[in-house]
Amino acid sequence: MATVKLPTQLRDAAGGSSAVEAGGATVGEVLEALYDQHGELRDRLSDGDGGLRRFVNVYVGGEDIRFGDGLDTPVSDGDEVQILPAVAGG
Amino acid sequence: MAASQLICRECGADYPLEARYVCNRCFGPLEVKYTNGHLKADLPELRRRIQSGPQNIWRYADFLPVDAPPGPSTRATSRAGLPAGCTPLVKADRLAERLGLREVWVKNDAANPTHSFKDRVVAVALACASTGNLANAVAAAAALGADSYVFIPADPEEQKILATGVYGTNLVKVKGNYDDVNRLCTELSGEHESWAFVNVNLRPYYAEGSKTLAYEIAEQLGWRTPDRVVAPIASGSLYTKVAKGFEEWSELGLITGDQPAFNGAQAVGCSPVAQAYAAGHDVCRPVKPDTIAKSLAIGNPADGPYAIELAKRSGGSIDAVTDDEIVEGIRLLAETTGIFTETAGGTTTATLAKLAARGDIGADERVVLLITGEGLKTLDAVRGTFESYEIEPSYAAFESAVGVTA
Repeated sequence: MATVKLPTQLRDAAGGSSAVEAGGATVGEVLEALYDQHGELRDRLSDGDGGLRRFVNVYVGGEDIRFGDGLDTPVSDGDEVQILPAVAGG
Repeated sequence: MAASQLICRECGADYPLEARYVCNRCFGPLEVKYTNGHLKADLPELRRRIQSGPQNIWRYADFLPVDAPPGPSTRATSRAGLPAGCTPLVKADRLAERLGLREVWVKNDAANPTHSFKDRVVAVALACASTGNLANAVAAAAALGADSYVFIPADPEEQKILATGVYGTNLVKVKGNYDDVNRLCTELSGEHESWAFVNVNLRPYYAEGSKTLAYEIAEQLGWRTPDRVVAPIASGSLYTKVAKGFEEWSELGLITGDQPAFNGAQAVGCSPVAQAYAAGHDVCRPVKPDTIAKSLAIGNPADGPYAIELAKRSGGSIDAVTDDEIVEGIRLLAETTGIFTETAGGTTTATLAKLAARGDIGADERVVLLITGEGLKTLDAVRGTFESYEIEPSYAAFESAVGVTA
């Protein structure tokens, strides 16, 4: 199981939780498991075409998944998958 | 002030004016919306009001989202505090001549209180993620009584660290690059909702400060747009907001002229926006920065998609220059205008030189080069770029070493 950390903006769609346990071998699978638990998150995060919306950042162990294999980035048991809005900084 | 609400740039959802920066529905960035249509009724009066306003960004209060917040560069303290804005627009004839251009103007924003454009965007100061310049500007807020926290990456220029800590801020060095700092601050801003992170949860308001560069340029050119603007791109916020400034005033009828072409400048060692532009993509793939232009070293630029869109829509481009070209750019600007800029300004100047050499700039164009920061903050960049004479203190030694004949 991985721990998915949710930003404040998404917690209302996850019953107020700041972290959710979800299983899967890749980021994509972990997110699917997350959507299975909290259906509303799918529409918030997914672009409806198999990808993520363009202002969603996902990190595994602190590393942006776009430095890995995107949604195919492997996730190990106990990893932390963090979701954050992309619009900060500058 | 006639700001009315926050609007999502992606899906159009609207929110009240509060400390919120991201759309709950789609994670898109929020932008301040104004209802300024009534100002059209008497444009001469509006021009008079601007011209008789204070000599800082608060002369444009009608077009800014906050009226009198606490902070170092705000309207309330603008005459006694650290007034930002109204920086010189210098006609750079020698630079134009060197590049074979007709008319080049340099907007020298190193002339702000903490020596970069960042003073414009710091309206409410508490905390920020910074490569250095914003750190200076936010920390200066402490000098006027606000508590501040400044988060910086592991390796900014020493001058920027010193010029931050001196103000008495809480300086937090994060072991990582700017994108790591930014990720941490995004998380912190969620957990500490009462904190005002200028470039996270206050970002929609913060970003509006950069519009004042456009207002000043237009006013300084006689209520006209220039033909072309060359600006640096880090997150893409300044680049896109300067365009928004010109667009707002054109729409109102306050200024004449077409919308300028916008050329963005990045360093090859951190050029996610230039790479996406060249490849025809509308989203940027993040990179790990490796360049001397540390104030532009954002590997994961928030406004990347909008910067690409602006470059295309305005007939501009986004180019990247090497670290060597950046140093040459610093030298070129210094030698021809007397303005010593930091590496970001070297990047912008080198990009102007590249555009000129490529023949992208028309013979009749009026070009404005945005110089956003001060050379004394990145001194290492110019070390070893010139030689000096070392002599005994005698006339003969001088004559023999330097060889000037009377």
